[in-house]
Amino acid sequence: MSRQIHIVCVSGTHEKLQMAAMVASVGAASGDEVTVFFSMNALAYFVKGDTTDAPVEGGFGTIIANNNGVPSFRQLFQQASELGDAKLLPCSMALDLLEITDDDLIPEFGVPTGLTKFLMDAEGAQLLSF
Amino acid sequence: MSETKVIDACNTYCPGPLMELITYMKQAEVGDTLELLSTDQGTASDVPEWVNKIGHEMVSSEKIGKIWHIKVRKAK
Repeated sequence: MSRQIHIVCVSGTHEKLQMAAMVASVGAASGDEVTVFFSMNALAYFVKGDTTDAPVEGGFGTIIANNNGVPSFRQLFQQASELGDAKLLPCSMALDLLEITDDDLIPEFGVPTGLTKFLMDAEGAQLLSF
Repeated sequence: MSETKVIDACNTYCPGPLMELITYMKQAEVGDTLELLSTDQGTASDVPEWVNKIGHEMVSSEKIGKIWHIKVRKAK
């Protein structure tokens, strides 16, 4: 049975982006309806052409950042979209403050979304924050 | 005609092997068998859970040396 998983992704650290991407990709590919709302420090990593390494929080972040066998968070979010139809939504406020538009983001991203709309859609569903 | 495709996901970590399997499963025909090779311990328990939820068919799962050989048949 499918369920809804809503993820708020705001941290720009490697570990939290990685965990959010893991949950999104596995959930979406397993039939769950996954929606990820990107804001704050998380959004800029998804500007087209951006390859910036996310800073690590601790030792485990260093391990996953340096191990080629660990899929990257960018790859996992793309797979969440391509394999499981996850919705990747940019926060409209964050876009405004970064002075970019959704056209500047990778094509897997959907329409700019306000927090109110996201929370209304998430009503009653599981909501995870990273 | 059904066929067995081997997917070598050795030395990749969660959820890499599962995502590899799902990628190839989407491209496979109903009745095809995919054999996933993985050195990731969690994959051996995660793949049957995914297969059960989605409704495909577990054919076999065995560890040979350090490598898990997990065979799954596409059922739909």
